[in-house]
Amino acid sequence: MTKLLSPANENVLFLGNEAIARGALEAGLAVASGYPGTPSSEVIEALASVARKRNLYVEWSVNEKVALEVAAAASFAELRSMAVMKQNGVNVASDFLLHLTASGTRGGLVLVSCEDPGALSSVNEGESRYFARMLEMPLLEPADFQEAKDLTKWAFELSEQIGNVVMLRSVTRMSHASGNVICGKLPVRSRRAKFEYGGAVMDSQTGPMISTPVVAKHLLHQQRLKVIEELFERSSFNRYIGPAKPDLLILTSSACFLYAKEALEMLHLQKRVGILKLGTTWPLPPKLLKTHLQKTQQILIVEEVMPFLEEQVKVLASGMSPHVGRKTFFGKYDGALPSAGELNPDIVAGAIGAILKVKRKILSKSYLSEIKKATEMIPVREQTFCAGCPHRASFWNIHTAIALDGREGFVCGDIGCYSMAALSPATGYHTMPTLHSMGSGTGLACGFAKLSQFDFHKPVLTVCGDSTFYHAVIPALINAQHNRADITFIVLDNAGTAMTGFQPHPGLKVSALREAVPPVDIVSICQAIGVQVAVSDPFDLSATSKILTSFLAERGSVKALILRQACALSPEKKGKKPYTMQVNEELCLGDACGCNRLCTRIFRCPALTWNQSRKKAMVDEVICAGCGVCASICPQQAIVKYNGT
Amino acid sequence: MKTEVKIITKNLILTGVGGQGNVLASRTLAGMLVEAGYVVTIGETFGMSQRGGSVMSHLRISPNEVKSPQIPYGQADVIVGLEPLEALRVLTIYGNPQICVLSNSRPVYPIGVITGELPYPPPEMIEAAFGRLCERYWMIDATAAALRFGNPVFSNIIMIGALAQTGLLPFDRRMFEREIRKTLPRDKCVVNLMAFDAGVSMIK
Repeated sequence: MTKLLSPANENVLFLGNEAIARGALEAGLAVASGYPGTPSSEVIEALASVARKRNLYVEWSVNEKVALEVAAAASFAELRSMAVMKQNGVNVASDFLLHLTASGTRGGLVLVSCEDPGALSSVNEGESRYFARMLEMPLLEPADFQEAKDLTKWAFELSEQIGNVVMLRSVTRMSHASGNVICGKLPVRSRRAKFEYGGAVMDSQTGPMISTPVVAKHLLHQQRLKVIEELFERSSFNRYIGPAKPDLLILTSSACFLYAKEALEMLHLQKRVGILKLGTTWPLPPKLLKTHLQKTQQILIVEEVMPFLEEQVKVLASGMSPHVGRKTFFGKYDGALPSAGELNPDIVAGAIGAILKVKRKILSKSYLSEIKKATEMIPVREQTFCAGCPHRASFWNIHTAIALDGREGFVCGDIGCYSMAALSPATGYHTMPTLHSMGSGTGLACGFAKLSQFDFHKPVLTVCGDSTFYHAVIPALINAQHNRADITFIVLDNAGTAMTGFQPHPGLKVSALREAVPPVDIVSICQAIGVQVAVSDPFDLSATSKILTSFLAERGSVKALILRQACALSPEKKGKKPYTMQVNEELCLGDACGCNRLCTRIFRCPALTWNQSRKKAMVDEVICAGCGVCASICPQQAIVKYNGT
Repeated sequence: MKTEVKIITKNLILTGVGGQGNVLASRTLAGMLVEAGYVVTIGETFGMSQRGGSVMSHLRISPNEVKSPQIPYGQADVIVGLEPLEALRVLTIYGNPQICVLSNSRPVYPIGVITGELPYPPPEMIEAAFGRLCERYWMIDATAAALRFGNPVFSNIIMIGALAQTGLLPFDRRMFEREIRKTLPRDKCVVNLMAFDAGVSMIK
């Protein structure tokens, strides 16, 4: 049934992330850990689905730092392990990572970072390739699906060769794209764990796993890197396609290789432009680079997002200039390619065309003018909370309480679907003006709450999701309590890591492997910290507003409200409607009502629409999830709920 | 299989609104084509982008090589729209005079339209734009047909059935059946085949 375990030589359509998982399986992976985050989550999900069959241990860890620690322990015990996260996760894990690269590893340990150029599903487009350089960690970047599998497998071998972490970097257009992969062999036997630590301090196989003596170990690591560099010089993951003497040489890696290839086809320049595709992007192999730099005078570096390759290539090229001569470089520094956002074939073709003064065949003027006309009638489709989303009800409650309180309270936001309250302010009823990393909402709230001696008296609220609570909020909540921050702390508990696809978290009774595990209760943690706690159902507008209003009125302490209601898309809810909703047209006063279309204009549920011809509200039965909340907001009680479907 | 329909690289974009089953439809299509011996690249974005927003899958169907997961502007051959406005939106970016569009006619209103801040173009205007911008187009009410199966989510499979009937891509009912037997439990296969057939019958 599961294609992840397809036999060798089978040609399978894999998601990039599944290809990474398959590569790890072919390498004899034993332990995998991660924290969900788009576009990385499917790697761990895929591995969890075959864990029993392949005798793996797979877990969703509480956060990325712990995930890397769990994977490192397996490596110290001579097993092959992998930690998987999105780009922000590498920041979270980086404190341990810095120490881990200093102590070294034993069993192959691969850190997979799936990054998001253009921030398609993120609140930043930061990249972690710079960690590779900073921590002197070999870095691999697959440029297609076959490579995603093959490079992952190789990464484990390299890691064991160098006795240190190897980083594999993917991007959204690789992780969340799919393509053909020819499967390799799955190993038959798995290793036994053993952890030796009685040997000499410099013996990396039997000594203690520590970073001291720091300088000696650092030098040893750098010597081993030279060996890796030699392997990279000969690696078939670095390859050149194009003429012997190109007019322009493109240096590229990752999905950008596919864009560059496509761009040359679009411009019919395959005979004039060459591409050196690099699968090993740190350390860069200097001899290989020298060979190719000698081919031409003009070099374009195509990469996302920061000029990581560009900077390295320029440094190496300046050292080689007596041999390769002076070059003209194009890339991010000179503005040939945009310095922010993701690339695509058109952007790359534009840059190549500008350098070589070649024009692309474009559509006729008349067709373009028809397109322009069509474009003008297309309304934007803003992201919003789904129909039946508990967050809409929660923010409705928060907005009501802040308005009743009258002191211009505001919410410090956090990372989850509820981030939309900040990204699209009308969705959060203009209550949430800050949004940063996981857990920072509560930390920021602590800070705002301590500004009263500087005449800042607005009530401070903060929200976080259930998974975020465990990930990074607990220390900030302790900080709030201990430093007596006057905040209203709200957990939007929708029973899972909803945004990334309902991965379990420590609050649930089930693990990544679908085994029964003890849930860690949010209410008990809050109580143990000593804060006042209340629990409510956000769909119950009157009860929830009452608690929130009283919390805002109570000064000088931390008040915690846990709003519990499962996500509308959760497996247990999806497709089931608790209520059938209908607008009673006799009661709905339409434009004549003083509410000024509160239901459709302000509440903003995708299932509540305005019937233009009848001038009344209307429920779209296809979209409505039957949560029943809108029945509580209509001042005329014209929206009626009936039990069941 | 490959000799039946001569194909260089076909570029298809499946588009709709988050929650309409875009990803499942693109995987099903791709699965059939891989089975038939093509090299298929799918590019898609999901995650936060699916929360009520526009979603799009790019399918590149090549006889021999991996393609960019993003189709260049103006170079789609086929657009399948699970929602008409989204089909039009994609058409204005990836369209060309040779393009064919198959679209569901049932609108899903953007939140700006629901709040009365933005107008949604009337269906006849969308259809007229298709007429001016495409070589061929089909508009079918797949959602209404899906509701007859009890759930609007079947509209994606109805669209796949309709796509098979247009002959724009090299797949048929037999291949569809083989593909869903691999991925779905038996009872779900029956209703999905019925939805496929309903789609076939909607293309005249």
